[in-house]
Amino acid sequence: MSISPPVTPPAFALHGVRLERAGVRVLDDVSLDIPDGQVTALIGPSGAGKSSLLRLLNRLDDPDAGEIRCRGRPVVDMPVRQLRRQAGFVFQTPVMFPGTVRENLEVAANIGDLPAAEVSNRVVESMGLAELDTALADRAADRLSVGEKQRANIARALMTGPEILLMDEPTASLDPETAERLGRTIRHLSTACGVTIVLATHRLKEAKAVCTFVVMLDGGHVVEAGPASALFEESAHPRLRAFLERVG
Amino acid sequence: MSALLQAGQVDARPIIELSWLDLTLAAGLILIAFGLSRWRGVGLGRDVVVGAIRSVVQLVLVGYVLVYIFAIDRWYLVVAALLLMLVVATKTAVDRQDKPNRELLGIVGVAMLIGSGLTLIYVGAAVVRTDPWYDPRYLIPLFGMIVGNAMNAAALAAERLAGEVAARRAEIEAYLALGASPVRAAQDAVRKAIRASMIPMVNSLMVVGIVALPGMMTGQIIAGASPLTAVRYQIVVMFMLMAAVAVTGTLVALWYRKTFFTPAEQLRYEAG
Repeated sequence: MSISPPVTPPAFALHGVRLERAGVRVLDDVSLDIPDGQVTALIGPSGAGKSSLLRLLNRLDDPDAGEIRCRGRPVVDMPVRQLRRQAGFVFQTPVMFPGTVRENLEVAANIGDLPAAEVSNRVVESMGLAELDTALADRAADRLSVGEKQRANIARALMTGPEILLMDEPTASLDPETAERLGRTIRHLSTACGVTIVLATHRLKEAKAVCTFVVMLDGGHVVEAGPASALFEESAHPRLRAFLERVG
Repeated sequence: MSALLQAGQVDARPIIELSWLDLTLAAGLILIAFGLSRWRGVGLGRDVVVGAIRSVVQLVLVGYVLVYIFAIDRWYLVVAALLLMLVVATKTAVDRQDKPNRELLGIVGVAMLIGSGLTLIYVGAAVVRTDPWYDPRYLIPLFGMIVGNAMNAAALAAERLAGEVAARRAEIEAYLALGASPVRAAQDAVRKAIRASMIPMVNSLMVVGIVALPGMMTGQIIAGASPLTAVRYQIVVMFMLMAAVAVTGTLVALWYRKTFFTPAEQLRYEAG
C-alpha cells in the first residue's frame, strides 16, 4: 500500500473574486492559488489591481463576490484579528506610530498578546530579521530615513509572529540601491525563516531577483500565474510579453 | 463680617422694567453692527439684521411659552418643553457636520439625552432639590444651559472624530493590519475628539468670574438676587455643564467611532 504525501494547501486560494470601488470593477473574476512557503510577486501596470488584491488577503477589505481561503480555510470563517496576526501587512508608505522604534514594536507585541517577558527578545529578533540596526531602537520613529522606516515596519509586522507577510510595493519609495538591499532581506525572510511572502511590485528586476512565483494582473484580471523562471523565460502570453518589454 | 452679610442680602429695589420703546432704543446697537458691516464690505449686514429679527421673534415667543408653562404648572408640559429643546439641539448639532446622517442623529440624540438628562436629574434632585420636582422656573433655564453646551460638545466631538479618522486613515489601517481592535486602532482619534469637545468648557472653568460674568449670574444679580446667591448658583451651573459636556462628548465620540468600521473590523472605504 502506498501512502501519498500530504497535499499542502496554498497559502491563499481565490475563487471568482470580484471587487468594485465607486462603480469601477477593480478585480474581476479572479481565481488563483498563491503557493505556501514561497515569495510570490504580483506584477502588472498601475491600476491592475495588485494592491487591492493584497488588501483582500488579510481582510483590510472584503470582495463583493467570490471566496478567499487561507491554507484551506475560508478567511471569513477565521477570527479576523487572528488572520491579520497570521498574515502581516507592510504598506507602500511606511506608517510609524508615535514614540521610538522600540515602542512601535512593543505596540505590536501588546496587540499580539505576547508575554511581557518575551517582548525584549522579540524586539531584537524582529529588528535582526528586518536587518534594522538595533542601535536605532531608541530613536524617535519619525526621525528614521524612509528605508529605515520601511525596515521598522517589517520588524513591527514580524512582532506578531506571522507565517505570511503581505507587502504592498515595499520598495516603491526607496532608491534602487536601498531597494535592492531590502529585496535581499525579503528573500532572506523567506528562505531562512520560512515566511510566505506575497509582494506587489512594479520593479521587474526585484520580482526576478526575489520571487519564486509570479502573478501578472492587468485590468483586474489574472493574465498569467506560475513559477518565476517559467513565466519570465518561457511564457508566450502576448500581454505578459508586452508588459515585460515595456518595463524590463 | 457685617459687610459680607450685607453683600449677601437681597436688593429690595424693584427691577427696572423694559418697555418696547427701550427695546427699540437697544436696536440702535444692531444698527451700529449693520453699519460697520456695510461700511467695510464684510458681507454680514443682511445676516446681522435677519439674526436680530430672529432673536426678537424667538425670544418673545419663548417668553410667552414660559409664561404659559409657569401658569399651567403641569409636569408633562415641562417634560415636553425639555424634550423639544433636546430635539432642536440634536438636529442643530448634526446639521453642522459635513456629512449629517440618520445614524449620527440617533447617536447625538441619545448621547445628549443621557448627558443632559442625567445631569439635570442630579442637579434637580440632589443639589437644588426643586419642589415640586418639575418646577419649571428652575428646570427649564437649567436645562437650556445644559443642552446648549452639550450640543456644542456633541458637534465638536463628531466633527473632530470624522476629521481625525480621515487624517489618520493610514495609521488606523496599520493598527488593524497588526490585528488590533477598532477600539485600539482609533484610540488616538477618539481621545482627540473627546478632548476637543471638553476644551471650551475647561477654558470657561478657568476664566469664569475673571474674564466674564456668566449670563445666569448676571441675570440673577439684575433681578435683585444677592451676588453671593448668584455665585453659588453659578458654581453649580459650571459644574453641571462640565459634567454634561464630558458625558455627551465622550458618548458621541465612542459611539460615532463604531460607524467608521465594518462588522469585519475594516475601516469603511468612504470613512472620512
